[in-house]
Amino acid sequence: MTNMIEAIGVRKHFGSNQVLKGIDLTVSRGEVLCLLGPSGSGKSTFLRCINHLEIIDGGRLYVDGSLMGFEEHGGKLHEMKLSAIAKQRADIGMVFQRFNLFPHLTALENIIEAPVGVRGVSKSEAVARAKDLLEQVGLSDKADHFPAQLSGGQQQRVAIARALAMEPKLMLFDEPTSALDPELVGDVLDVMRKLAESGMTMIVVTHEIGFAREVADRVVFMDGGVVVEQGSPAQVIDNPQNERTKAFINSVL
Amino acid sequence: MSDQRHTNDVVVKLKHPWRWISAALLVLIGGAFVYSLVSSPNINHDIIFKYLFNGKVIDAAILTVVLTIVSMTIGTILAVIFAVMRLSANPILKAIAVLYVGFFRGTPLLLQIVFWGYLGIIYPTIQLGIPFTDVVWFSEKTSLVLTSITAGIIALSLNEGAYAAEIVRAGILSVDAGQTEAAKSLGMSSGYTLRRIVLPQAMRVIIPPMGNEFISMLKSTSLLQVVSVMELYARTSQISSQNLAQVELLVVAGFWYLVMTTVLSWPQSYLEKRYGRGFQPSGSGNRWFGLNRKVSA
Repeated sequence: MTNMIEAIGVRKHFGSNQVLKGIDLTVSRGEVLCLLGPSGSGKSTFLRCINHLEIIDGGRLYVDGSLMGFEEHGGKLHEMKLSAIAKQRADIGMVFQRFNLFPHLTALENIIEAPVGVRGVSKSEAVARAKDLLEQVGLSDKADHFPAQLSGGQQQRVAIARALAMEPKLMLFDEPTSALDPELVGDVLDVMRKLAESGMTMIVVTHEIGFAREVADRVVFMDGGVVVEQGSPAQVIDNPQNERTKAFINSVL
Repeated sequence: MSDQRHTNDVVVKLKHPWRWISAALLVLIGGAFVYSLVSSPNINHDIIFKYLFNGKVIDAAILTVVLTIVSMTIGTILAVIFAVMRLSANPILKAIAVLYVGFFRGTPLLLQIVFWGYLGIIYPTIQLGIPFTDVVWFSEKTSLVLTSITAGIIALSLNEGAYAAEIVRAGILSVDAGQTEAAKSLGMSSGYTLRRIVLPQAMRVIIPPMGNEFISMLKSTSLLQVVSVMELYARTSQISSQNLAQVELLVVAGFWYLVMTTVLSWPQSYLEKRYGRGFQPSGSGNRWFGLNRKVSA
């Protein structure tokens, strides 16, 4: 069986700023991977490359065995049609730092929009599934609330439910708790912990060292656009070898 | 000092004499003006009442409303198309949108109306076919296709499209980029995202200035009298050229314009409420709340 993600020499630059300088990384099925690193290290950019929100400039990125955003034939890489890219993205859930819920839709409508509009699931089926998901994230009573009526932690849990409604094979989390008040972080991490236990493949960009230590199968430390160190939480967090990793872990602990 | 904690202090409120004086002055001036109109021997009030509900005047008012609604609808569709073109990555589409807005905003509406009215002089026939070949599917005299009403609607719609394109563009730009990213990440196409995610949110920003545009359009229809469309202003000035009661018929026209602009601005608050859905925290949905709250003196 192929790996869920295979990144080979992934490069990305914005103008003259080389953000990713050749990332090699594999993520196997069901693995929970935490990406740590100082801001500007390229970890969020790498995450956004995985679902093609950023287009890579070099290297290759395979998700579930297929090249992301490109087709290879005749010895060349051909850019995919937008509709084909949309199809690839539909199988990858993403949770954003700033939630990005649709403010004009209720929690329930946020969750059913893509299953109904993109996958063509019947509305009644989508609603039933959405209610199920809201229960899983502990927000059954908030189905008819608009995002503006929810706390940050509740919004983020709806956002997780929204991504899960597409039944993704992979979930990407881009600093999901960084915009939250400290007392709301726990609820979101609880939901993510349950999701990890259910066997979902997850890549989590986070500053929550405690969460990484407890939930991650593997921790990857990035700095300056390269992977500096990786291994089990015990290795990378509790016994880092590289000087930069040590400095970073000391600064956030 | 018997009360050390000052619980019985007497407060003298600040007086605002100029508020009273300026208000009284304005009421006086306004009253004098209305009185001068009502009591003037030079205005024949019977003529006003005679033509106020005259059949021809009412028909002209109805035509004015129809012209407004049709031109506004076409103009709004054009506006969305050109706003999206202007925001697209295609440089040719972008340039065309910029040119379109620049041209139709940069020339007087009156000039555009006359131009469309005279189109038959430049192009005596209108053909539909493949350019630079002999293939023609449809050919007709311009004067038959382009009646004065059609010419008027084309002129008003194209002009409105240019103004409203900028309003729609501003609305689209007001929607957070994170919304589009979230939509993409859920596998939505760009068309679907525009229709279901971006435009419904942009409406909140688009509707108030579009209300303005609607009222402005209603009044701009009066310019169509230069291509002899019998809308309200053309009809009343035609009547007054016969009975020489110019001012009386201006009052008649003014009355109906006021009625129409008032009635047609009612749907705006309904639309604002509908597209404001989700943008107010619960309980503060009443948009009058903020307006009615008294400024503390």
